Formats: sequence, structure tokens, C-alpha cells
Amino acid sequence: MAATKEEIVSGLAEIVNEVAGVPTEDVQLDKSFIDDLDVDSLSMVEVVVAAEERFDVKIPDDDVKNLKTVGDAVEYILSHQG
Amino acid sequence: MSGLLNGKRILVTGVITDGSMAFHSAKLAQEQGAEVVLTGFGRLSLVNRIANRLPKPAPVIELDVSDQEHLDGLAGKVREHVDGLDGVVHSIAFAPQDALGGNFLNTPWESVATAVQVSAYSLKSLAMAALPLMENEGRGGSIVGMDFDAQVAWPKYDWMGVAKAALESTSRYLARDLGPKNIRVNLVSAGPVGTMAAKSIPGFTELADVWDSRSPLKWEMSDPEPPARGVVALLSDWFPKTTGEIVHVDGGLHAIGA
Repeated sequence: MAATKEEIVSGLAEIVNEVAGVPTEDVQLDKSFIDDLDVDSLSMVEVVVAAEERFDVKIPDDDVKNLKTVGDAVEYILSHQG
Repeated sequence: MSGLLNGKRILVTGVITDGSMAFHSAKLAQEQGAEVVLTGFGRLSLVNRIANRLPKPAPVIELDVSDQEHLDGLAGKVREHVDGLDGVVHSIAFAPQDALGGNFLNTPWESVATAVQVSAYSLKSLAMAALPLMENEGRGGSIVGMDFDAQVAWPKYDWMGVAKAALESTSRYLARDLGPKNIRVNLVSAGPVGTMAAKSIPGFTELADVWDSRSPLKWEMSDPEPPARGVVALLSDWFPKTTGEIVHVDGGLHAIGA
């Protein structure tokens, strides 16, 4: 069953917390992964891999470049989830 | 399942994403009938996730090739999963940022030393760590490393290129010294593939552009499978008397002058 927007936000927050140690409450839609949350490039790879599994979605490398903020990722997952 | 690597036990290092050449080598090895064990470095949680994307999820052992304790403990940890090894894939390289990207004349020795230790000396370290697992009644085995042609100078590749020259030479000396144990040591000299490792080379696309203009066979930077096929072939019994060799899986570019 497809996840709702709220479920994706909270799921993503859990992943970013697990992978990069960022407090879940800091993971807000307008936050940039790199500039605000200090997620480095290898951590971003792991966030993407974990999100793909959790939300049954495939995020190609070329699309990852465009996911600057948490909101970008949420919208991407919302529209591409299987 | 019948395949090139039926019944073989293969250790694969260097998997970090599912775009890694090491990942594709592991995947093809499994599809060809091998039992695969992975080693991972640094971000083990990511390597574990990626290991689950193989046709058959593979165990992951932590291995930093510059950590003697890890090397000493490797054989014991591999034995928790398989009773010996028939092949090892070395897909490990690293250079500090100031050793790459056009800073050749100003790179300090410390950065060069790191590049050579992690990218070339590690082939010897890994071979020695795995040796107790490959001394199986003279059956021997196959060690395969990932190379980038070091006969010439490239744009941006800089001290990594020097480290690859060291890797090529290390491979020949290992071939000499491990031959009596029937262990073959060869390299696959691959064309550029857009992996995590490649993307961390500043100016990588400039390097890759050379292939678009000069490679006789059309080269796909997004396809890690051709080099992985070369790796699997060298792990198999179909190169029984080949050692100290560098097989170019580069679209033929190494043969072309201009």
C-alpha cells in the first residue's frame, strides 16, 4: 500500500536519523540534506538506498542530484512509489 | 545451476553501492554458481544493505586493508562462512583529494603514500591475508584486481595513476611468488565506469571523454558489467595458465594511439 505524505516524512526522518545521526525533529521539508542537515555524499547514498527499500521506489543517480531538500525527496517518493 | 564458477568460493572486496564494479562482479559470480563472501570498509551499514541486493544475500566482513588486525583476522572470519577460497577480487583504491585532479606537481608525499598503500600494497596484503584459505591441496586459486591503464599519463588521474602503476607491478611480483602454489594473479584494466569511486575523482568526465572519441568499441560509462565479466572469466578455470597478466576491458582504447 502506498505511503501517505506524512508517513514518508516520518519514515525519511527515521532513516536520516539512523544513517547520519540527525535528530528526527530536525528533518523538515524545507531543510537541505547537505547544507542544513550535514548529510555527506556517502550518507546520502545510504539514505537513498534505505528509502528505496522502505518505500518500494527506485531513485536513479541522475534523479538523486535533484533531491536537494527533504521536501524534494518526499515529493519524489510520493509520485514514484510502487 | 551450471556456470563458470560452479562450486567456487569467492571473496569480493570493494562493494559500496549497487553501481560498484565489485557489486557486479559478485552478482555475476553468484549467477555463475559461486558462493560469495563480501568485505566492506567504512560504511558497513551501507555495504550490508547493498549485499542484500545480490541475487543471494551475501555475508559482509569488515576489512580495512591498512589495518593489520583486520588482515590477521580475515581468514578466521571468512571461515565462519566458507571452508576456503578459490578466488579473491581486489577492488580497492583510494587517494586523498590533493593527489587527484590536476595538483600533481604539488602533492605531498604523505598523500602519495596513502594512495600507494591503499591502492597497490593492499593487493599484497589481501593476498597474504587470504593465502591460508587458498592453500587447498594444490588446487590453488585466482586473485583478480581492478586496474586503470597505467602505461600512459591521463588527465586528472595524477597520483592515482602512479598508484595503479604500482598495482600493475605488485600483481606481477605476486604472480611470480604465488605461482608455485598454483595461485594466479591478474588484473582487469577497465575503461571508465561512473561508480561512486569514479565520481569522487575531480574532473572525471574529462577523463571519460577520451573514450567517446577514441575507443574502437563503443564504451558505456554507465555499464559496469563488461569489466565484471572480465573478472569472472579470470576467476574461472578458463584462464588456467594465465598469471601476471593485465586484461584490458576498455573497449580497445589501450591499443589506439590517436
